[in-house]
Amino acid sequence: MDNLTYYIQQLLAGISVGGQYALIAIGYTMVYGILRLINFAHGDIFMMAGFFMVYASASLPLYMSIPLVLLLTVILGVSVEKIAYKPLRQAPRMSIMISAIGVSYLLQNFATYYTGGLPRPYPVIPFISETIVIGSVTTSWITLLTPVLTLALVIGLVFLIKHTKIGMAMRAVSHDFETAQLMGIKTNNVISMTFVIGSFLAAVGSILFFTKYPTVTPIIGAMPGLKAFVAAVFGGIGSVPGAVVGAFVIGICENIIKSLGYTTFSDAFTFVLLILVLLVRPSGLFGEKSTDKV
Amino acid sequence: MLKIEHLSVNYGGIEAVRDISFEVPDGSIVTLIGANGAGKSTTLRTIAGLLKPKSGTITYNGEDLLGKSTNEIVGRGITLVPEGRRVFPDMTVLENLKIGAYLRKDNLDADIRWVYDLFPRLEERSWQAAGTLSGGEQQMLAVGRALMSKPKVIMMDEPSLGLAPIVVQGIFEIIKEINRQGVTVLLIEQNANMALHTADFAYVLETGRITMSGPGRELLKDENVKKAYLGK
Repeated sequence: MDNLTYYIQQLLAGISVGGQYALIAIGYTMVYGILRLINFAHGDIFMMAGFFMVYASASLPLYMSIPLVLLLTVILGVSVEKIAYKPLRQAPRMSIMISAIGVSYLLQNFATYYTGGLPRPYPVIPFISETIVIGSVTTSWITLLTPVLTLALVIGLVFLIKHTKIGMAMRAVSHDFETAQLMGIKTNNVISMTFVIGSFLAAVGSILFFTKYPTVTPIIGAMPGLKAFVAAVFGGIGSVPGAVVGAFVIGICENIIKSLGYTTFSDAFTFVLLILVLLVRPSGLFGEKSTDKV
Repeated sequence: MLKIEHLSVNYGGIEAVRDISFEVPDGSIVTLIGANGAGKSTTLRTIAGLLKPKSGTITYNGEDLLGKSTNEIVGRGITLVPEGRRVFPDMTVLENLKIGAYLRKDNLDADIRWVYDLFPRLEERSWQAAGTLSGGEQQMLAVGRALMSKPKVIMMDEPSLGLAPIVVQGIFEIIKEINRQGVTVLLIEQNANMALHTADFAYVLETGRITMSGPGRELLKDENVKKAYLGK
């Protein structure tokens, strides 16, 4: 019985971590879908969202600092696109990718410089960090809230993509950039919108993440960022549902491995999975198979 | 009137279009014919704002189009049906038509009706994914999609490419019908025979230069054109 409780707790924790990865992974997969760019700076946007909260909450109450963090993160994400990616639109894809890596290091080093490299404690958000006991299972509100919030956001996003004009434009741009232009679509606006959504979700993900791992460091974005990236590749990069499924699979598997006592290997598992996916099914679970144009 | 003067465009490291001038009067069908690589597509893509020219001017009713972005040019009533149709294969036929009207904010029902009347096949397949249509149907959809922006000038890049002769006939009938309804047509074609029969005025493009021009019917009789483009 004790064992069962333990496993349920681990499973819940896995679902919760999966939800956080999913929120980050959507940013990777959508940007890839539109620009065919792996946005290596995305994990660092997530990290910056953490620092925004640290500094915002120092002088503002939470009900003001949370919206402020969301807003600042969105501005940061869109600015990165305008400054570092947009001028390279006509350049070979490798250039824009290197630019993304540059932005990643820039943000990490800026954070190190500004904070002195010291880990900063993340503010405690009341209520959601409290523990809750259901039957014999002890967990926290955040663990239950994360997957619910993630799914709600994903459903909202899928609705936006499928049933709104901007969503239709996003699908068009991701499929055929040039023809989308010929329809009169302002592709730059669509790209900005993609970064708005990706950064917003990364900011929500960071609030959920740091409620559980409550210190922010300049390199904290690297590992969740990489895992979300693996989730996006596993699900089929470019596909939103794929990224979400991939993220939950990775979150749950990692926690199952931890619960079996192999914590050391949980990260290794994720990256072995990446290698296997690339070897066996490079287009991922839901990825579009590349078809040659006639 | 769409007016192109002294246009030169570099594309793919070569000067694909060299100092060409031509005009498309309102209400007419004008065609540019020429072999593969003569610079026909480059010309249309430059007018649509997809390529930046090296020099020259492009004006529509006196307004300079150079330096305007593609969406601004579409907004002024000039649209391009791209080579190879390029419909959005994962979207339904109806969605493809709606996205053609992306810049419009008014009601689309009347124009969807108009396109369905021009192409009854599209109405039958309106809920089908565009990728499942045949080549000819995709070409109809690409034309219908362009018409949804309510263009004043429709440019078509090789609409007959890869289609069966009977389907090509149908497409050219539609081009004439669209023109009768008041839309100016700028057509480029390798199928010189069909294009010259359809066009009011034609220009022959050879390695980036205009070498000949005249009413379509006259060029049909020209010995050089016959030899080079009509295989006679």
